[in-house]
Amino acid sequence: MPLNIVVCIKQVPDARTVRFDAEKGTIIREGVDAVINPVDLNALEAGLSLKDALGGEVTAISMGPPQAVEALRETIAMGVDKGVLLSDRSFAGSDTLATTYILAKGIEMLGRFDVVICGKQSMDGDTAQVGPGLAVRLGLPSVAYVKEITVLNDGGLFRFRRETDSGYDVVEVEPPFLVTVPPLLNTPRLPSLKGKMRAKKADITIYNANDIKADLKKIGFEGSPTRVVSTAVHAFNARKEMLSGTVEEQVRALIGRLKEAGLL
Amino acid sequence: MAHVDYLLTEEQQMIVDLALRISKEKIIPVRAELDEKEEFPWDIMKELAKADLFGLYIPEEYGGLGKGCFEMCLALEALAYGCIAVTTTYAASALGGYPILLYGSEEQKRLYLPDIASGRRFTAFGLTEANAGSDAAAIQTTAVEDGDSWVINGAKQWITSGGEADVYTIVALTDRNKGARGATAFIVEKGDPGFGFGKKERKMGLRASSTRELIFNDCRIPKERILGRRGQGFIIAMKTLDLARPGIGAIGVGLAHAAFNEATRYAKERIQFGQPIISFQIIQHMLADMATQIEASRALVYAVARTIDAGAKDFAKVSAMAKLFPTDAAMKITTDAVQILGGYGYMKDYPVEKMMRDAKVLQIYEGTNQILRNIIGQAINKEQIIKDC
Ligand SMILES: Cc1cc2nc3c(=O)[nH]c(=O)nc-3n(C[C@H](O)[C@H](O)[C@H](O)COP(=O)(O)OP(=O)(O)OC[C@H]3O[C@@H](n4cnc5c(N)ncnc54)[C@H](O)[C@@H]3O)c2cc1C
Ligand SMILES: Cc1cc2nc3c(=O)[nH]c(=O)nc-3n(C[C@H](O)[C@H](O)[C@H](O)COP(=O)(O)OP(=O)(O)OC[C@H]3O[C@@H](n4cnc5c(N)ncnc54)[C@H](O)[C@@H]3O)c2cc1C
Repeated sequence: MPLNIVVCIKQVPDARTVRFDAEKGTIIREGVDAVINPVDLNALEAGLSLKDALGGEVTAISMGPPQAVEALRETIAMGVDKGVLLSDRSFAGSDTLATTYILAKGIEMLGRFDVVICGKQSMDGDTAQVGPGLAVRLGLPSVAYVKEITVLNDGGLFRFRRETDSGYDVVEVEPPFLVTVPPLLNTPRLPSLKGKMRAKKADITIYNANDIKADLKKIGFEGSPTRVVSTAVHAFNARKEMLSGTVEEQVRALIGRLKEAGLL
Repeated sequence: MAHVDYLLTEEQQMIVDLALRISKEKIIPVRAELDEKEEFPWDIMKELAKADLFGLYIPEEYGGLGKGCFEMCLALEALAYGCIAVTTTYAASALGGYPILLYGSEEQKRLYLPDIASGRRFTAFGLTEANAGSDAAAIQTTAVEDGDSWVINGAKQWITSGGEADVYTIVALTDRNKGARGATAFIVEKGDPGFGFGKKERKMGLRASSTRELIFNDCRIPKERILGRRGQGFIIAMKTLDLARPGIGAIGVGLAHAAFNEATRYAKERIQFGQPIISFQIIQHMLADMATQIEASRALVYAVARTIDAGAKDFAKVSAMAKLFPTDAAMKITTDAVQILGGYGYMKDYPVEKMMRDAKVLQIYEGTNQILRNIIGQAINKEQIIKDC
């Protein structure tokens, strides 16, 4: 049975190039590359392999600034059929409550959908709230942190293995539903050349607040009851000592220090 | 500091980026193990197929991307940066596919090229025999017409991807007395009656690539598997090699660049006599020569590939140059890389040991570098006009 699959992706600063301004308590965004939130690549892989197995269509959707179009192009290079960007100045400052509202309004614009897939959590916001929150908004059953997906009845029923602290659950759900996936679920596919060429020319649909008929009281700062008051960078203030001498002397000194500290 | 700008188009840069990404993410992490176990790189071939790389040189109407010799060189160089055994496996499939592309009938193209482009079917090219290496005209494998089939007898030696490939283009004698016009090319498929494989060779390098004998024992194939015309076999083989040779040069460039990077990194880190060895002028000069040779090789390969794509007719000489210079350079550069790493370079814990072992084959297959000098020399001898610069 062909499925309409929606994958939510977030563009985040590349962890390899990101730096913090310790004084201001903010991320230095200049000169930082933007990438697709790493676990969202696993979400995409999950969606694309469902399409490979059952047929259908995969749509990638993202809320973010205009440059997030590039992230959506990348998903098309991997094999996604359609990219949708939800972008509007008035979305800025949205917390997870507002983000899930905006994403839900955007997804409702797509018409029929059977499966919504999110990453477990983002690398920057890190709340892991968007997936489950979005399920509530869309009125869908939600299964978080799935480690294994089994398709039953030609896509009429799905069985998930969900990791818990004490073991695992096996859960069965009929579409439509929402799942969130962890990093080790699969190995995300690389783009293909034909995909990259298609991505270059692809039209990415962009919806603003008006297009998705968003209630302005529910988005951006106004729609966000939570406020980030301050952000701090962990400072390492540990005592530092450089050992000198030959390698043998340094090793002896190190063993001595570790014994003194009661670590050996 | 500036690098030489080869003015790649956006699409060409895409090819480089993707192939390099596959090299770094999928090939480099496993190359030592594949080498050690002499394991055929099926997983990586599947990645290349998914990336559409098998269709690079195949026209769009047959499911490919319709690119040329130059784009093939870009892909080969980037893959060779990771491992040339894996890259040779990929290149051999093109070597088996080119004859069908160049000389196949419309039906043959429709039958084979889409499968080759998608990576569903894998190809190989069989010319060499035990007593016919450089002297290809000495082949003894025969093909005889019998009703509506051809019956092939003989053996091909050292065929890359032998046993793994599904479709083989081979050359056999059809008229023993006609000399160079006595050979014909055929398409043989794995599973054809009387077609089998000999032992897998154990090699100095290129160990992840499978090199095997093809054995034809009253092998019967349908009449329509003849490729091109009767008597055209050697022409087909030579035109195929002419088109493929810049690609071997590109493999040399990628390999040499990888060895150079290892040597540079090491020279900056290794301390002897209280200083990094790169501070010794002789090491700097070695690195300077390596870097210069790599850039000269790359420039030659790219220029020749672009000449071919621009529609040049008789390009045997320049194509031979584009294999000769970069592969001699790759042998020298990988050897010098081992030298710069000293004893560590000789150990399997560092990648340059494998690179040096692998490099040697580039001077041997697809025409030994002596034979290439013959080709270039004979062309110079034949040229009527001595061209001004
Ligand atoms: C208290 C608080 C206040 C904040 N205030 C601000 C603010 O003032 N200004 C501001 O810019 N940001 C703010 N943020 C950040 C912003 O709310 C979050 O980045 C956003 O809501 C997504 O949450 P997350 O990053 O924690 O996602 P998670 O819930 O960790 O992400 C899980 C998954 O949800 C999906 N997902 C998440 N975000 C998106 C998206 N945008 N588009 C598509 N899919 C997505 C992805 O699949 C992702 O893997 C705030 C966050 C918090 C916690
Ligand atoms: C790993 C590997 C993979 C291969 N894959 C394939 C394949 O897929 N398909 C295929 O058909 N073949 C393949 N070959 C065969 C390869 O093309 C031959 O090895 C090559 O053409 C040289 O032939 P030979 O080894 O018989 O050497 P010979 O021809 O016996 O040469 C021996 C030496 O004499 C020199 N020599 C010979 N004649 C002359 C001359 N006239 N002037 C000057 N010097 C001369 C040669 O340069 C060489 O140094 C492969 C070989 C190897 C090692």
